[in-house]
Amino acid sequence: MRKRTLGFVALGAAASIFLSACGGGDSTEGGSADQGAFNQGATEVVNPSDKTGGTLRYAISSDFDSTDPGDTYYGFSWNFSRYYARTLLAFTPAPAEASTELTTDLAAALPEPNEDFTEWTVQIQEGLKYEDGSEITAQDIKYGIARSNYNGGELPNGPRYFESHLKQETFNVYEVEDPLETFTAIETPDDHTLVFHLKKSFSEFPYILTQPQTTPVPVDADRGALYKENVLSSGPYKFNGKYEPGVKLDLVRNEHWDAATDPIRPALPDEITVELGVDQNEIDQRLINGEIDVDLSGIGVGPAMKSQLVTDEDAQANLDNPFSGALRYVNIHTPVIEDASCRQAIMYAADRDSLHRAWGGESGGDIATNLLPPTISGSNPESDLYPSTDNKGDLEAAQAKLEECGEDEGFSTNIAVREGRENDVATAEALQESLKRVGIELEIKTFPAEDFFAQYAGSQDYVRENDIGLSVSGWIPDWATGYGFASKITDGDAIQATGNYNMAELDDPEVNELWDQALATEDPDERADLYGQIDTLVMEQAAIMPVVFDRAMFYRSDELTNVYYTSSYAMYDFMALGVDRG
Amino acid sequence: MSAPSHAPESAEQPEAAAAQAPGGRGDADNRSLRQIAWQRLRKDKVAMVSGVVVVLLILAAVFAPLLVKWFGHPPTQFHQDLIEPNTHLPYADPDNTEAVDGALVPPVDKWGGMSGDHLLGLEPKTGRDLFSRILYGAQISLLVAFLSTVLCVVLGTLLGIIAGYKGGWVDTVISRAMDVFLAFPLMLFAIALVGVIPSGFLGLEGNGLRIGVIVFIIGFFNWPYIARIVRGQTLSLREREFVEAARSLGAGNRHILFKEILPNLITPILVYSTLLIPTNILFEAALSFLGVGINPPTPSWGKMLSEAVDYYSSAPYFIIIPGLAIFVTVLAFNLFGDGLRDAFDPRTSD
Repeated sequence: MRKRTLGFVALGAAASIFLSACGGGDSTEGGSADQGAFNQGATEVVNPSDKTGGTLRYAISSDFDSTDPGDTYYGFSWNFSRYYARTLLAFTPAPAEASTELTTDLAAALPEPNEDFTEWTVQIQEGLKYEDGSEITAQDIKYGIARSNYNGGELPNGPRYFESHLKQETFNVYEVEDPLETFTAIETPDDHTLVFHLKKSFSEFPYILTQPQTTPVPVDADRGALYKENVLSSGPYKFNGKYEPGVKLDLVRNEHWDAATDPIRPALPDEITVELGVDQNEIDQRLINGEIDVDLSGIGVGPAMKSQLVTDEDAQANLDNPFSGALRYVNIHTPVIEDASCRQAIMYAADRDSLHRAWGGESGGDIATNLLPPTISGSNPESDLYPSTDNKGDLEAAQAKLEECGEDEGFSTNIAVREGRENDVATAEALQESLKRVGIELEIKTFPAEDFFAQYAGSQDYVRENDIGLSVSGWIPDWATGYGFASKITDGDAIQATGNYNMAELDDPEVNELWDQALATEDPDERADLYGQIDTLVMEQAAIMPVVFDRAMFYRSDELTNVYYTSSYAMYDFMALGVDRG
Repeated sequence: MSAPSHAPESAEQPEAAAAQAPGGRGDADNRSLRQIAWQRLRKDKVAMVSGVVVVLLILAAVFAPLLVKWFGHPPTQFHQDLIEPNTHLPYADPDNTEAVDGALVPPVDKWGGMSGDHLLGLEPKTGRDLFSRILYGAQISLLVAFLSTVLCVVLGTLLGIIAGYKGGWVDTVISRAMDVFLAFPLMLFAIALVGVIPSGFLGLEGNGLRIGVIVFIIGFFNWPYIARIVRGQTLSLREREFVEAARSLGAGNRHILFKEILPNLITPILVYSTLLIPTNILFEAALSFLGVGINPPTPSWGKMLSEAVDYYSSAPYFIIIPGLAIFVTVLAFNLFGDGLRDAFDPRTSD
């Protein structure tokens, strides 16, 4: 296992050297190749350049769940926060699948495990500085991890990988006298070394160290939930004034950032602006007019622009339609619909063709009949436990399942969707129509997107009190393995009171056992096999109804440089982007 | 949201109204005010036409299930087989769905799939029948508008009549309350309140609750417009002889308020209500447009408009149809209200 990991490390390093060599070659002979072609950005760097300066303009129709790196779980937010928040490790800055290899950020080298993968040691580089010139220490990273995982619900949004893997009694950083003293699972023998002690073997641990939670936060700088207003920057950009929720976020260069210490950020633009809460149609129109550069949401253009672009010959060269690896699905909440047969009835009755159309047909994605996206090893997209003719649903099987669970006439429940997510709403409406055929009545409830997980569909109390039996959501893999994709949404240990992403609250002993087994398994192929078994079990339990493995339609502005799609975040790599208004 | 301020002037009204009051003997013209008004209204062609439109709209909303059964399809039924999935628009020819001549997608219908089967065409992406969604949308719009207008009128009349009749500190308190309510940022308050209401409240839930909340907000914060008019009328009525007479005969306050004064207020209240309805229709549409109206998939005009925004360039018919529905309804109610006011206004000549 150790050898294998070393091999993996070496491969990662080699890949990044090879790819950066490619990038360099392109930029010297580039110039004429600034137009690109359909889907070119999905697999290679379009418009390579090392030209610095200018303002890179983002806009988004909703908002960050939080700009605090310790309190965020939206993919675009993880991608974007890297501008001002450096993490221990990072994904390789390269197009498509190559981006899933790990590389260093704050760390001096990739972490070293002990024999049984329960202890990991990582050194950070010396001489790293915050925006105020003070030095970044290992203790600050330790505190950043502490506050984002042990905060008594003060920072509800982020995942809890550290909490579930570190050998640590739970505590609350905001209540104990000395958080660093109490937090014994991470040792800091000196200012530049971190030693992580895990409960049990976790061979995929380095992936977690890429997450924004490993951003250093000095104890004195932490303002709890208010920290998001002005995050102390460790990256090439810092906040210019406060983050104003629903309005804007502006970044300017951080003079104390040293490019020589940073392998993943070319930091080309001088300024970065984000407009929040802009109507999606306005964003798309301005994107095409060249008035903004990137849609921050990373989910591509809206339906109006998409329907216009698919028929527009001239626009084809500016479009990327990558297979994002994300799954769009419907949670079937097990505490509300307790009987597995009732949940299976829903699986059988769903008209998958109609749901697929609700997502925009071919260019919107591929019909999903299993949990793991095809890009992840262990996935078997051919498997289908609930088959039906033309994917229109098997009503007889559904009726039989309903009788099995004693609800012959069907039943009624509520389905939660995020406000303003047209495709989610259309999914709910299509599901409502198809379940009606067997007497299952759904009532659609819309909730604000930014509080969806913290207060509504991701809140155990709310779901129970309001009979929310189903909810529509999507999942981008935290990293491209079965564990990185599905553990947070299917492992019983991941269930949280609020900010819950295992929304179905699936707590199946067999599934939990398989997750544990996978983490103690050395061979990636064996692990992949276990992930495949988990996939099947989740489908049997009918806790998650996969809808589509979606494709996004990105409009790639001609003025953007270094544009490529990264599988790690399922959108363009924001760190690489520059602008050339010439 | 401002309300129309062109209610009848308080000075003239009582003279005409006195004709029908209990003490209205000795009237040279034997026709009652209502008869006069009806004759005038019948001559007003614009008012009559808009009145007919209003009646038809109400009938269409009430009998929407029947009309849909005869001419359309259920408003939430999908017709995705008629929709080209990539553009979300109806096929020009549903039987021939192949792209031709090297085009990127098969031809789509410029007119939104209008046909004998789907009178007003199809909604993009889902293919739901627009005709039936407009009709069912009318139910929501008119229901909310009527209920909230009733609430406005009841609250406004009650408080206005008390303020005007009692005078003194009661009048001061109610009048200041009116000022406060008029200064309230109604739209913002509505958005906030619809966002925070629990999913079940006072035995209501789902859309019933949403409609209840919208009706409450519109009714509860618009009563001062009507209360001001009622108060003004009451101020002058309470000094008139028939009120004096009732009082000298020993009639109680309640009798005087509701048996003597209120009947004289029916006309301005009726006229004002007719003018309040279109304002409330627009308010409901605005709320739905902003996403704080009723839950999907129940159709409402405002929500249809906001969904149509996604297709303004590729499928303009989708924005025009609900837009026209709102336009025609509001215009009809306004013109009818104007006609009604003119008919009741004694200054207009016969």
